[in-house]
Amino acid sequence: MKSHLTKEFAADVAEGAVKRGATAAEVIIRQRTELSVGVRLGEVETLQESTDKGLGLRVLIDGKQASVSGSDFSPDAVTSLMNEAVELARLTSADDTAGLPDSEELATDFPELDLWDQAIVELSTEAKIHMALRAERAAQEYSNQISNFDGGGFDSAYGSVILANSLGFAGEFRSTSCSLASVPVAAEDGKMQRDYWYDVRRKLSEMDSPEDIGVTAAKRTLRKLGSRSVPTQAVPVVLEPNIARDLLGDIFSAASGESIFRKASFLVGQLGEQIANQRLTVIDDGLMLRGLGSRPFDGEGLATRRTVVIREGVLESYLLNSYTARKLGLRSTGNAGRGLSGAPGVEAGNLYIEAGPYSPDEIIKSISKGLLITELLGFGVNIVTGDYSRSAGGIWIENGELTFPVQGVTIAGNLKEMLNSIEMIGNDLDFRGSVVAPTLLIGRMTIGA
Amino acid sequence: MSTDAIRFFFDRYGLTNGDIDKLLGAALARGGDYADLYFEYRVANSVNIEEQIVKQATKSIAQGVGVRVITGDKTGYAYTDDIAFDAIRHAAETASHIARSGGTTQLEGVNATPTRLNLYPVAAPVSSIELARKIELIQKADGAARGFDRRIREVQTSVNDETKYVMIASSDGRLVGDVQPLARFGISCIADDDGNLQVGRAGGGGRIGIDFFEGARAPEQFAREAARQAIIQLDAVATPAGTMEVVLGPGWPGILLHEAVGHGLESDFNRKQTSAFSGLIGQPVASELCTVVDDGTIPDRRGSLNIDDEGEPTSRTVLIENGILRAYMSDYLNAGLTKSSRTGNGRRQSYKYMPMPRMTNTFMLAGQDTKEDIIRSVKRGLYAVQFGGGQVDITSGEFAFSASEAYLIEDGKVTAPVKGATLRGNGPEALKHVKAVGNDLELDPGVGVCGKGGQNVPVGVGIPTIKISEMTVGGTQN
Repeated sequence: MKSHLTKEFAADVAEGAVKRGATAAEVIIRQRTELSVGVRLGEVETLQESTDKGLGLRVLIDGKQASVSGSDFSPDAVTSLMNEAVELARLTSADDTAGLPDSEELATDFPELDLWDQAIVELSTEAKIHMALRAERAAQEYSNQISNFDGGGFDSAYGSVILANSLGFAGEFRSTSCSLASVPVAAEDGKMQRDYWYDVRRKLSEMDSPEDIGVTAAKRTLRKLGSRSVPTQAVPVVLEPNIARDLLGDIFSAASGESIFRKASFLVGQLGEQIANQRLTVIDDGLMLRGLGSRPFDGEGLATRRTVVIREGVLESYLLNSYTARKLGLRSTGNAGRGLSGAPGVEAGNLYIEAGPYSPDEIIKSISKGLLITELLGFGVNIVTGDYSRSAGGIWIENGELTFPVQGVTIAGNLKEMLNSIEMIGNDLDFRGSVVAPTLLIGRMTIGA
Repeated sequence: MSTDAIRFFFDRYGLTNGDIDKLLGAALARGGDYADLYFEYRVANSVNIEEQIVKQATKSIAQGVGVRVITGDKTGYAYTDDIAFDAIRHAAETASHIARSGGTTQLEGVNATPTRLNLYPVAAPVSSIELARKIELIQKADGAARGFDRRIREVQTSVNDETKYVMIASSDGRLVGDVQPLARFGISCIADDDGNLQVGRAGGGGRIGIDFFEGARAPEQFAREAARQAIIQLDAVATPAGTMEVVLGPGWPGILLHEAVGHGLESDFNRKQTSAFSGLIGQPVASELCTVVDDGTIPDRRGSLNIDDEGEPTSRTVLIENGILRAYMSDYLNAGLTKSSRTGNGRRQSYKYMPMPRMTNTFMLAGQDTKEDIIRSVKRGLYAVQFGGGQVDITSGEFAFSASEAYLIEDGKVTAPVKGATLRGNGPEALKHVKAVGNDLELDPGVGVCGKGGQNVPVGVGIPTIKISEMTVGGTQN
């Protein structure tokens, strides 16, 4: 089987599809091995181990497109995938925009991005269990109010991606990742609260210590005890990094070529316009060393790159793959995402809001009355209109001090206004994931209670 | 169905009862209380139209076997995407490492176990229909949406369908199978009135055949519904913020139950005492007007199953009866550990995942009131009829679900449409404020997906028109 997981095999399948009548073909092969350890109350609760492999084939016949995928690499199964793809494509409509990238756009150099850590591959199950238990114990020992755990554990994964197409592109890269999490539960006066903390990295040595993760998880949980509501009012809100990254996710959705060409985004037609406060700069960088969103080429074989999406509040670029770029008369930004099945989508690399000058403390201190938001629930974000409405929890700020925990309120506003009223940006940017942001202060949102 | 599925796996992969016994033996070689094998073969298709052209057709085949070993409250799990004896035995050995007590488990040989009448006897599953016929269906929908109003544009329509064969063998001698059809039509469109852009979405489906879409549930109807929603939103005004009376329309707004009580009543959280509902069996958790059930046995529904993903027949479980909490939804592991009975709610996304307690179709039984009387009884409030998704923190009980079509109620009358807004509440408290339950129970049209622990499964919800006297509305109008 191993011999099937090569660039040469992928190129052969693309060529086989062309022989069967496709005018262009693209093959992706993914392989991934995962080990996941779950612990709870000092014991191993779950142990999971798996290796996955899959092949996806996209074919075009003069703009008619189809995709097939499977996990069976036997010659019969692969032949039947090629035949089915060509057969399906004949039944779809010609889309002049669909197709592989132009061949001169395809990546020829593959930068070394340091995405592999042999230490993760070789780490024993016992060592993983030990790390997960250390995090839990640290949380438990931090306070006797930590009475229970909803879970916690250590996950590791390694694998490779191979992409080849009928224009002669063939690329391969491999990567590792590991994560550790703890989810404590605390109780007071019969009311329970839960929160979590975690780390996720490409390299084992870059992980926070299990004790730090456990203690942070405990503190986050304990500070929610005794939560209450506050009256309906409009106040400044501070988004901690874990929440600010969620807002950045909304900016990504709105700046993605998929939303733009469909005119389904509040950022349509805004290229070159001031769409946010001038303090805001948003960058997508697919080439960051050891980045969780890094890769040497994108889902269509284009070189990944660094793109300034918003520079000092001005929308400078959308994030595009070949299809959406052609639709908009622009050039791809090397942001094609590709699962096994389906046409390429748009995917961020390492997307972040540039750090600002203020410590989180300074930001809190600047507020006479407001809410530090530490959790959000619900999906009330409309990318087309920008309307924003979520359920929220956090800590009330009074005269520059954090006071009591808040739960049971909603926050509402509009993304356009929220981006324009980012008044302070924190210096606490940390690449704990591939979409990250520092603490943000938003001038005014409506709290509902 | 059951025997068809077993024959499918035995014939296709050359397996026998004896092989299954050996594999279960390998899973329990180091000890353990229980082991099971979950075989899956799934073919899924999709086709979509956008900009009035058939942009893409896809087909994917997934196959594999998950092996689970349970010892006490510990679970070992491994899977392979190669359905062959040696590969499955390797997965079984991997999963067996959770147990360290040594092999003492008595194995029963597996025997094909009879199951009940098929809940989804589909003559022509959508996945067996030729692509051209599906394209014809969604083309009609595209036209219907555009024909609804000249301001409708950017219409996207799709059909997703699958046929899933499953076979489950467990160390207590059970060997069952199922063939599970599932299909869903979806449409979204944008209304553009001079730069005022609004979205409308609709769809439907279930464990149904192509006849579903060729009869009363024609894609054109969903198309007009999506277009109607988008057009209505063009005139939406700011939503009020704060606590107010809320009336939910029938059907999909039943997502309230899924978030407010459903997840909190899954037995894994309650065994671990991490749910806001832990220890509340026999206690009032809703007004006495409320009876909430989870029922996996309703014919043709998206959330229904002949057997759950542990091979247990699904059932109808009364969760809340006249306001009193009666039962949790359980899988094998948690039923055993809490010494309660299995309810057929052990589900998983695919062979790559361990099963856990999940909902099937969760709904509230009808009451006495008419929708008109309920609306008339509200002086100032919100009438919410369509929703996007929802979310819950099962430990604090905090939940939220987001309305995509809602109206003000002023002096007993439905007036202006308002912008989409999130509604929030707290699980064990929210339903205590239910003051009226309508006689118009509806189940949703069949598009629901529930996510938990990184796993997605199809579910259904339903509710009659209800009035809740206190709910927080996440508006901007202060």
